[in-house]
Amino acid sequence: MPANPELEMEMIRRVTAGEKQLFHQLIRPCERGIYLLLFSMLRNQAEAEDAAQETAIKIYRNLHLYRGEAQFRTWAYSIARNEGLRRLRRVQNAREDSLDAMTEGESGDFTPAVLTSWREVPAEALERKELGALLREAIGGLPEIYRNVILLRDIQEMDVRETAGALEISEAAVKVRLHRARALLQRSLAPKLKGFAPGRKGLLGWWR
Amino acid sequence: MVAMRIDCKHVWEHISAYIDGEVEAELRAEIDKHLETCEICAAVLDSTRNVVVLLADERVFEIPAGYSKRLHERIEREIAQDDPSKPEP
Repeated sequence: MPANPELEMEMIRRVTAGEKQLFHQLIRPCERGIYLLLFSMLRNQAEAEDAAQETAIKIYRNLHLYRGEAQFRTWAYSIARNEGLRRLRRVQNAREDSLDAMTEGESGDFTPAVLTSWREVPAEALERKELGALLREAIGGLPEIYRNVILLRDIQEMDVRETAGALEISEAAVKVRLHRARALLQRSLAPKLKGFAPGRKGLLGWWR
Repeated sequence: MVAMRIDCKHVWEHISAYIDGEVEAELRAEIDKHLETCEICAAVLDSTRNVVVLLADERVFEIPAGYSKRLHERIEREIAQDDPSKPEP
């Protein structure tokens, strides 16, 4: 849902001029994305929530620094990302998913799972809890640099420019990472998703 | 220039951009032509697109219950602290 930048700028001006309660309204459209971005980085619900609160406070305190070059949402997500990185650095040594590994590598096999036909899995199939779990697990299994891009582009449905701004990387890097992330997801998910496609017998075949 | 027939690997390299409508017209036409006759690439494309569509569904990633309420309570405390005239709720 693209925000109206002029309305947003006006709201920010009013908050910084003293109408502080308006900040609740300003942050609301971003709060889901902030949480999900942090969860994708930290992979822990409680810590992601704590980091999201910290992010909201940092956004509030630094609101006077927002100049409107990027969308407010982009700016807010970049603050969330920095908060996530700060927390990851604290535990870096204990983590396998090291920050050093967050550069563009050529390593990795991005060839897709080869199929000869595909029956679409409809969104209604998400009523089945296993399907959601499968998707979350597949994303959780991606390297961090791909997880972030997928989260912003395909889950938050931000455009390439906004995603690049929030992650502080180039648009070209967003496209490369997105491509690889989708390839990795297709590879891990396609064979498992087949079972969720509607059966040939009728519309409700998937339900069984 | 004679259009070169593209192979499956070439198609796979552009699948993400193809889904996003970001490949140039000439290449798009080549890919479309390839897809008409290659059931493997058509299935790879459809399955990738299907994954992308499913991911955007809000049911996949849920926010913890009470997250928003707790967040706004925290913000409220910050605002109150910031503004000594307003007592903390």
